[in-house]
Amino acid sequence: MASLLETPFIDPTAPDWLQTLRQQAWTDFQNTPAPKRKDEAWRFANLKMLELDQYQPASKIDRETEQKILAQSTGLSSVAGRLVFANGILLAKQNLTAELIAQGVQFLSFDEAVNFVPELIQQHFMTQTVGLGSARLAALHKAKVSTGTVIHVPKNVEIALPLEIFHWLDGQNSTVFPHTLIILGDNAKLTVLEHYQSTQSQTEGLACAVNDLILGAGARLTYVSVQDWSDHARSFQINSTELARDAHATNMVVNLGSSYSRYESASRMRGPGGRSDMLAVNVATDHQEYDQRTLQDHAQPHCTSDLLYKNALLDFSRTIFAGLIRVEEHSHKTDAYQKVRNLILSDDAEANSMPGLEILADDVRCSHGATSGQLEQDEVFYLLSRGIPEAAARKLLVMGFLNEAINRLENESIETHLNSLIAQKFATL
Amino acid sequence: MSTTAIDIDRELGNFTYDVKPYRDSGFGLSADTVNYISDVKNDPDWVREFRLKSLQTFFDKPMPTSWATKDLDAIDFTKIRYYLSAQEKTTRSWDDVPEDIKRTFERLGIPEQERKFLAGVEAQFDSEAVYSNVQKVVSDQGVIFTGSTEGLKEHPEIFRKWFGKVIPTGDNKFSALNSAVFSGGSFIYVPPGVKVKHPLQAYFRINSENFGQFERTLIIVDEGAELTYMEGCTAPKFTTATLHSAVVELVAMKGAKIQYITVQNWSPNVFNLVTKRGIAHEEAEVKWIDCNIGSRLTMKYPGVVMKGRKARGEVISIALANDGQHQDTGAKMIHAADETTSNVISKSISVGKGRSTYRGMVHIPKHLKGCKNNTECDALLINSTSRTDTYPAITVRGTGNVTQHEASVSQVSAEQIFYMQQRGLTEGQAMSLSVNGFVNDLVRQFPMEYSVELKRLIDMEMEGSVG
Repeated sequence: MASLLETPFIDPTAPDWLQTLRQQAWTDFQNTPAPKRKDEAWRFANLKMLELDQYQPASKIDRETEQKILAQSTGLSSVAGRLVFANGILLAKQNLTAELIAQGVQFLSFDEAVNFVPELIQQHFMTQTVGLGSARLAALHKAKVSTGTVIHVPKNVEIALPLEIFHWLDGQNSTVFPHTLIILGDNAKLTVLEHYQSTQSQTEGLACAVNDLILGAGARLTYVSVQDWSDHARSFQINSTELARDAHATNMVVNLGSSYSRYESASRMRGPGGRSDMLAVNVATDHQEYDQRTLQDHAQPHCTSDLLYKNALLDFSRTIFAGLIRVEEHSHKTDAYQKVRNLILSDDAEANSMPGLEILADDVRCSHGATSGQLEQDEVFYLLSRGIPEAAARKLLVMGFLNEAINRLENESIETHLNSLIAQKFATL
Repeated sequence: MSTTAIDIDRELGNFTYDVKPYRDSGFGLSADTVNYISDVKNDPDWVREFRLKSLQTFFDKPMPTSWATKDLDAIDFTKIRYYLSAQEKTTRSWDDVPEDIKRTFERLGIPEQERKFLAGVEAQFDSEAVYSNVQKVVSDQGVIFTGSTEGLKEHPEIFRKWFGKVIPTGDNKFSALNSAVFSGGSFIYVPPGVKVKHPLQAYFRINSENFGQFERTLIIVDEGAELTYMEGCTAPKFTTATLHSAVVELVAMKGAKIQYITVQNWSPNVFNLVTKRGIAHEEAEVKWIDCNIGSRLTMKYPGVVMKGRKARGEVISIALANDGQHQDTGAKMIHAADETTSNVISKSISVGKGRSTYRGMVHIPKHLKGCKNNTECDALLINSTSRTDTYPAITVRGTGNVTQHEASVSQVSAEQIFYMQQRGLTEGQAMSLSVNGFVNDLVRQFPMEYSVELKRLIDMEMEGSVG
């Protein structure tokens, strides 16, 4: 089968505008040089992970695997809607209630959106600049995208239960390019939980995802993505969040799977009064490498951003965090905070932290902190003295450490679910 | 706003005398330039080879503009004179210093300071040390304090052993440049157990236009010995850019202590691109106290390689960036042994359209135990057009090591200024007082003479900054 990098994605049934867009992106991909060792946006990163020659387009899923996937695609017990994709194909859809549909809420696969609401895609699909290093991968995604979700919640509509999306990857050296486009009208409210999973834990694969989250004035979005691809997969995810006046976005990424995961997340405050909470929980084991780059871009005054990234590192794992708070000129009364905390649990693990500030306005409150350390021996001892075995005591303390971020979601069902996923990962250690 | 209450000679360093050079390598840089310098200095062959090899490294290395400011591209290496000397050799008595050069240093108050509180002084004028003296009580203890040219000639056994070992030629483009054309700077050796009571001082002065100053300093403090070294720098204001690119290497042997204090007040046309690093052996301590005022662009990240168990590294820095200035400063802490500790405290003030940047590196590699780093960066922004950046990079491996980094950005509180104005201070005085308060806990670590100078320099820079 031809390598992924040899041909663009050709879909003769796609409308002309989409074919043109993909063709242009393919040219951009070929004209964008690959990152070099001295590239600041890739400092400390393992550039070998960017060699993608061995990957191929994913093939169709067999019937048996499909049944297994559908049986396992249950995260939360009650949801407002659910989409299940595998190898880029929509396998199942639990649609919204008639009431939500009547209110004009759109919860569509990428294909459906192209047919039914092309104007939404034409207006919003990957219009943001990718500024954190992965422009080449973003172009690849744009050229190859065939799957994903488009959500539109009209003005003043609030959806109480979360929407849930599953992306599955199956087969050796398979690739997927999941896309998520969420558009919230003014004062709309939504929670989305997205899962990225493989059918086998040992197969190699590639995932290159892009999420565009666009919040209207006063809108409120909680978006959680759980990366749990196969332990031999490479994962790239580029997240852009745009906030209009007084909007509030809470964005969390959980990294559990893949051998290398690069996550870029930019929150841009485009109207005064916005608030962005950026959270991450990463449990890195074996030789896993989690590379995360973030931007808190304050382009307007009176906005707040608060970032909390927590890494637990075991075995030979590595993490990289490079975050930037950027306060543009005249963005006064900015309140921005950034904190990365690394809990190093093994002598061979390595944590790299690059918290950054670029401040061009003076009436601001901006600070950041980065810490690396270990479990407190006193705390372990305390639990031992209460009769808890050492392994369990350590696990409890690590869970406690990670919970500081998870609790910030203020959504009990998602918190419980995330805790069980993390506990599952610890159970296999 | 009234500024009359601040009674300071703002033009303290801004003067120049027409000093006829005794030797001049001319404009531009080539192997001929390097050979000219080697000829006039009568370098041994190994030094000439070292210089020529370094020149090639300089040509081969790209400008670091992939991460640093593009303003570096404004340097035109063909329009710089790489060597200028005003007299044939360094003298030990101010009386022997030529009258026009002596006038320069008298005006800066250097001989007066020497009499008052220093144990030794070296004064460098453009490329060469014109004066070097150390008090007899210090030299009797076996302390060597001389220019780097004399150091490599008179004490080759110590000099060659450490020269270029702390900072390899190819460390960066400007350390390569310095290695090719270095001239002047200090060489100090303190024998085991000798604790030099008073500071030694060097004073670097750029007098000539279109000039590059490339002093090279090598300080070795032997087992259990202690030294405080201070350097000061000025250059007059020329309309064209001037380049200052020093390399400073410190070696603290077992249990030794080195404190290196810099107060720089370059004029706003100077590109100040300096590489400074120290090695601390077992239980040794290297402490950089660094204050950067002035210059068009300063790029300076003093570092400590903690090579021996329980070694300690510290950087205390203050930077003040005014209109048209960029202070790109920071610290590098390389932990290379167990139980090493490092501490970085950096405070910057950006005034007008000034920009200050903190760039830091902390590295704790695998299998080390009990290492600790603490880094604190605070930035103060005075005007809405000021800018500040923080770019630390922290790598920690393994259990048993702890790092913490904290940075914050704030402005002078309007309430505080208002309160002080109610008590009769002008707005400018109130602002100066606030800024001095911001850096006060660091300034207290400076020797008294320097802390007074620093406060006055801050007052000067704060003039007219409000409103």
